[in-house]
Amino acid sequence: MHLVYPLVLAVLLFGIGLYGVLARRNAVLVLMSVELMLNAVNVNLVAFDMWLRDTLHAGQALTLFVITIAAAEIGLGLAIVLMIFRNRATSDVSALRDLAEPGAVPRARRRLRTARTRPGSEAA
Amino acid sequence: MTAGLAAATVAAADLSGRGGPGFLSPTGAEVAFVLIGLVVLGSALLVVTTSQIVHAALWLVVTLGGLAAEYLLLTAEFIAWVQVLIYIGAVVVLLLFGLMLTRAPIGRSTELDSLKRWPAVLVAVGATATLLTVVVDAFHSAYLDLGKTDDGSARVTGESLFRVWVLPFEVLSVLLLAALIGAIVLSRGRADADGKGR
Repeated sequence: MHLVYPLVLAVLLFGIGLYGVLARRNAVLVLMSVELMLNAVNVNLVAFDMWLRDTLHAGQALTLFVITIAAAEIGLGLAIVLMIFRNRATSDVSALRDLAEPGAVPRARRRLRTARTRPGSEAA
Repeated sequence: MTAGLAAATVAAADLSGRGGPGFLSPTGAEVAFVLIGLVVLGSALLVVTTSQIVHAALWLVVTLGGLAAEYLLLTAEFIAWVQVLIYIGAVVVLLLFGLMLTRAPIGRSTELDSLKRWPAVLVAVGATATLLTVVVDAFHSAYLDLGKTDDGSARVTGESLFRVWVLPFEVLSVLLLAALIGAIVLSRGRADADGKGR
């Protein structure tokens, strides 16, 4: 098998995951996109491990480690999302703007606010 | 009969040399890899674009399962089964729990996507194009000889994991314990958070 096939698959999967992280607003969907990016890295690791015929099998061992860390990350990430949901009653990542400049409302949100009245998210 | 033909082409590919056959005469494994790869990419696109949030989780199952099949085609069978067990068995179930507990909207919703979508498309397409150029330029002649190898079997992976990578393995188990305790503390620390925060 040509090495390009798994590598191109990994690149495209990584791009899709990147788009998901940037474009999605629901925090759980952002976590799903992060999983896609991690899987792209795993495909790379397995393909290069097979190509280099590594006697230590560093690629496969690292793939197992990445899978384990992804499981830990999703557990912690969901715990954080649930805590934010309990405190703020939203899982919308673009509604959490505590670290932004005070009074700096992004243009998209201003447009949204004039377009329709949304109780709940503004109070949060 | 077609299966026999595919096996014959795979055997012929095994006998060929380092450079490998051209791209225009793909082996059976390559054809299967590309077809499953198309399924993986299509369902991944649906994960990031669908407007029904539960469907995104279910398309994620298709993506991860397809990737497990790709690992099998790359002869990494142990990784494939770990992928099925942990990702499909644990991570997707956790994600569905998260969707339920955050009272995600069941059914169509227009609130899932950011309003500023074009910068995201731009960044993703730019990064993909750059990576594709570099990867194809660097590895267009590399050939992966997946002959009679048992590099991906459970025996080989276990030997390397428990002989060479024991220390990272143990450190990782401590990390998992820390993540477990952290998740428990985060999800039950209601009294503490209220006492300090407000």
